[in-house]
Amino acid sequence: MKILVPVKRVVDYNVKVRIKPDGSGVDIANVKMSMNPFDEIAVEEAIRLREKGIATEVVAVSCGIAACQETLRNALALGADRAILVETDAELQPLAVAKLLKALVDKEAPRLVILGKQAIDDDANQTGQMLAGLLGWAQATSASKVEIAAADAAEMTVKREIDGGLETMQVKLPAIITTDLRLNEPRYATLPNIMKAKKKPLDTVKPDALGVDVTPRLATLKVAEPAKRRGGGKVADVQELVAKLRNEAKVI
Amino acid sequence: MTILVIAEHDHTAIKGGTLNAIAAAQKIGGDIHVLVAGHNAAPAAQAAAQIAGVAKVLHADAPHLAGHTAENLAALVVSVAGGYDCIMAAATGFGKNVSPRIAALLDVAQVSEIVEVVAPDTFVRPIYAGNGLATVQAKDAKKVITVRATGFDAVAATGGSAAVESVAATPDTGLSNVTGQELSKSDRPELTAARIVVSGGRGVGNAENFHKLLEPLAAKLNAALGASRAAVDAGFVPNDYQVGQTGKIVAPDLYIAVGISGAIQHLAGMKDSKVIVAINKDADAPIFQIADYGLVADLFEAVPALIAELG
Ligand SMILES: Cc1cc2nc3c(=O)[nH]c(=O)nc-3n(C[C@H](O)[C@H](O)[C@H](O)COP(=O)(O)OP(=O)(O)OC[C@H]3O[C@@H](n4cnc5c(N)ncnc54)[C@H](O)[C@@H]3O)c2cc1C
Ligand SMILES: Nc1ncnc2c1ncn2[C@@H]1O[C@H](COP(=O)(O)O)[C@@H](O)[C@H]1O
Repeated sequence: MKILVPVKRVVDYNVKVRIKPDGSGVDIANVKMSMNPFDEIAVEEAIRLREKGIATEVVAVSCGIAACQETLRNALALGADRAILVETDAELQPLAVAKLLKALVDKEAPRLVILGKQAIDDDANQTGQMLAGLLGWAQATSASKVEIAAADAAEMTVKREIDGGLETMQVKLPAIITTDLRLNEPRYATLPNIMKAKKKPLDTVKPDALGVDVTPRLATLKVAEPAKRRGGGKVADVQELVAKLRNEAKVI
Repeated sequence: MTILVIAEHDHTAIKGGTLNAIAAAQKIGGDIHVLVAGHNAAPAAQAAAQIAGVAKVLHADAPHLAGHTAENLAALVVSVAGGYDCIMAAATGFGKNVSPRIAALLDVAQVSEIVEVVAPDTFVRPIYAGNGLATVQAKDAKKVITVRATGFDAVAATGGSAAVESVAATPDTGLSNVTGQELSKSDRPELTAARIVVSGGRGVGNAENFHKLLEPLAAKLNAALGASRAAVDAGFVPNDYQVGQTGKIVAPDLYIAVGISGAIQHLAGMKDSKVIVAINKDADAPIFQIADYGLVADLFEAVPALIAELG
């Protein structure tokens, strides 16, 4: 089966972002960008399925500006077979991304799409579920284990992280999976693989060509900095800590 | 304005987060209806009818609604969505799973994890692990919204007397089936509802230490137990203990972080706590920058001493 893996270019998770003073958004000029960490896990899972003989081809997809090519090259270096960039300078919100992905699914006919559970910039946690809805496919979100018995399996078993613990599901294929952190530990791209990735195919399409209107449905009116906490207080020992919690903070 | 809140329940009782979602719905204003979908879930529907501020309960009952799968639940919600301006759920694992599917089927945007209602179409939500607060206006006629519990004080679970109306279940989509659950059992209060939370990180070392050191401390304070992702990944505790950007969001009166460095992803889940205590042997650990009371100490000495001092 073919697997599609959508990967998003986001501010690296180690960067503490700054809000623009005019409140118009987050300042991402000259900030390190990386593949969304959950998407690295998605790529890894797809590659493992190919290595096991379940998947035949892994196609990475990114939607956004031309620089998303870097993210796609990274996915190719990790082991994806080819890549598609849906190129646009427009602001993309999850519903628009889900529609672009649906159009690609209609063309590429994968039996599995593995996405991250959440992009660490918008923290939306929407795209996978939206894509599943648009396709009328099953969805297995926050997956921590995926078992597919054979390349032509009619269904798969997925363990998902839920609020009270873990849940096991039988899921009909084709389907959507979204990844949680413990699904796997992504490999690092080796230098030879980074070189090889440069020669792998990377196609570009435009939203128009896919017939998708990406107009945002949410208008961001402003972005503000959260109230700063005044931390930094220290106590000398456990006695002082307990006394302060009792008499000053009055929380115990 | 008529609002539908999708209840999260265990077929008997309504989960806490739903009460916060109803509180957010009240801020938007209008008639509030609650959907209880399940199998043999009449007790939950009755409980929903008692919730203060609820005008009507829709109750759908069918075997294929027992597992609360997103596929079946979203189909059901879409079948009743015509009568609603706004569809809401708590931003819990349950709500996050089903709401975006509903939004996509209705061809509308979802506003995720709102923490404030500015106007009926305008909301505040955290982005970038809580490092930014975005004010967003939803331009679609119908709104789909998930609600972060810590942003809204729960409505009372009792005092209401709404009518319960049966609605027909939509057919089984047959797409997925819940075949098992491993729920972690604990005598401790529920993490997102507790007044005090004791959380352990990688510094705690292993599962045995977690059990030996933090459980007695939590017991003494009647606190819930939480953890950093590193502690979860190292197998000290199950995943549902995780506090943070991609785990649970908590804002208790008192949060005690033990052996946690304070990565932004962890802070995202606890920095709105009223009082924060950090115990860490590294005086430069970032957690101290947001802690009200920082104790630079080896946790293996400090935690037993703390338990003793609490008496
Ligand atoms: C996409 C993504 C999402 C993430 N989501 C989350 C999330 O939701 N929640 C979360 O917590 N993390 C999350 N993380 C992980 C996060 O980045 C950090 O790696 C994690 O929070 C670190 O956990 P920690 O503080 O326990 O471990 P460490 O950073 O290793 O810190 C351990 C601390 O223990 C202290 N220590 C060690 N021994 C002792 C001792 N004997 N006495 C006292 N102190 C001691 C050390 O000084 C150190 O400060 C996420 C990461 C990614 C990439
Ligand atoms: N612009 C994008 N390009 C490719 N994949 C994306 C994009 N936006 C979101 N995704 C995918 O959807 C997941 C969830 O994103 P979100 O719904 O924005 O939190 C991400 O982890 C990606 O797998």
